[in-house]
Amino acid sequence: MKHVLKLFSLLVVISALWIGLLQASIIPRTHTWLLPIYFIVSLGCYGLLMVGVGLMRFPTCPQEALLLQKDIAEAKDFLKKKGVDVGSD
Amino acid sequence: MDAAKNKYSIIVPTYNERLNIALIVYLIFKHLRDVDFEIIVVDDGSPDGTREVLKQLQDLYGEDRILLRPRAKKLGLGTAYVHGLKHASGNFVVIMDADLSHHPKYLPSFIKKQMETGASIVTGTRYVTGGGVHGWNLMRKLTSRGANVLAQTLLWPCVSDLTGSFRLYKKSVLEDVISSCVSKGYVFQMEMIVRASRKGYHIEEVPITFVDRVFGSSKLGGSEIVEYLKGLIYLMITT
Repeated sequence: MKHVLKLFSLLVVISALWIGLLQASIIPRTHTWLLPIYFIVSLGCYGLLMVGVGLMRFPTCPQEALLLQKDIAEAKDFLKKKGVDVGSD
Repeated sequence: MDAAKNKYSIIVPTYNERLNIALIVYLIFKHLRDVDFEIIVVDDGSPDGTREVLKQLQDLYGEDRILLRPRAKKLGLGTAYVHGLKHASGNFVVIMDADLSHHPKYLPSFIKKQMETGASIVTGTRYVTGGGVHGWNLMRKLTSRGANVLAQTLLWPCVSDLTGSFRLYKKSVLEDVISSCVSKGYVFQMEMIVRASRKGYHIEEVPITFVDRVFGSSKLGGSEIVEYLKGLIYLMITT
């Protein structure tokens, strides 16, 4: 099944639940009508939270740049000795 | 799988990477001492003398270890992999970038992960502990994180780094997946891993560090974002 269809079926199931809630009147109707909006807002907030948390915890590796410079120097040194042209480009 | 009989074909597409390709070759040989491998360089007609340097490297390391398989002009990443695959004699294929943002020192960890888990694909991820990125400003990180969250929500891809291009594939798996991919650029990398995931292939991840050396060359303008969104919608509909 294509992914968009999976998402669509999920949406259908949630909608069915919502309509069921509307008809069963377990929750007062006014609240039930607002549920989709709560859902979308929550989803949006969750998304923003994930972005924010991910941004704060974004893994960085400043030491890698230094290690890379060392590796480059080592490589250039070796290759120059062996006759490979490593002049800067 | 008998470890002694594994051969790894490392495909490196290049365009004007005369210096970097020499450094990468040295580093690959340094970190894969007891491994049977070959490096397949797919050069798209670089005018900077890449091919001359490669000939010197072949003299140094052997023509059986460094295969130069050039093309006439810049023809794109996906076709570069297909081209490289045709000449690959290994049972595993590694793809990596030529600009040293992917460090060959992680190759042993890819190989080890694959042997431990028997995975069909091992993909490098920059976004977990032990991995990381250097050289991105806040805006770039924000865009990356936003794009990732969106892709996770919409596609459920089972990997943490969708656009990464440092990967180890079983050769047969790469051949299977690549035949059904049509996108270009980084969307191509996303399409590969998502299609592989949908086909049920066992995918594992290893942390890698990514040093972005192309400072100032901001590849994330408005058009890139639009491309990305189009790519996401395309993947939602077709995978």
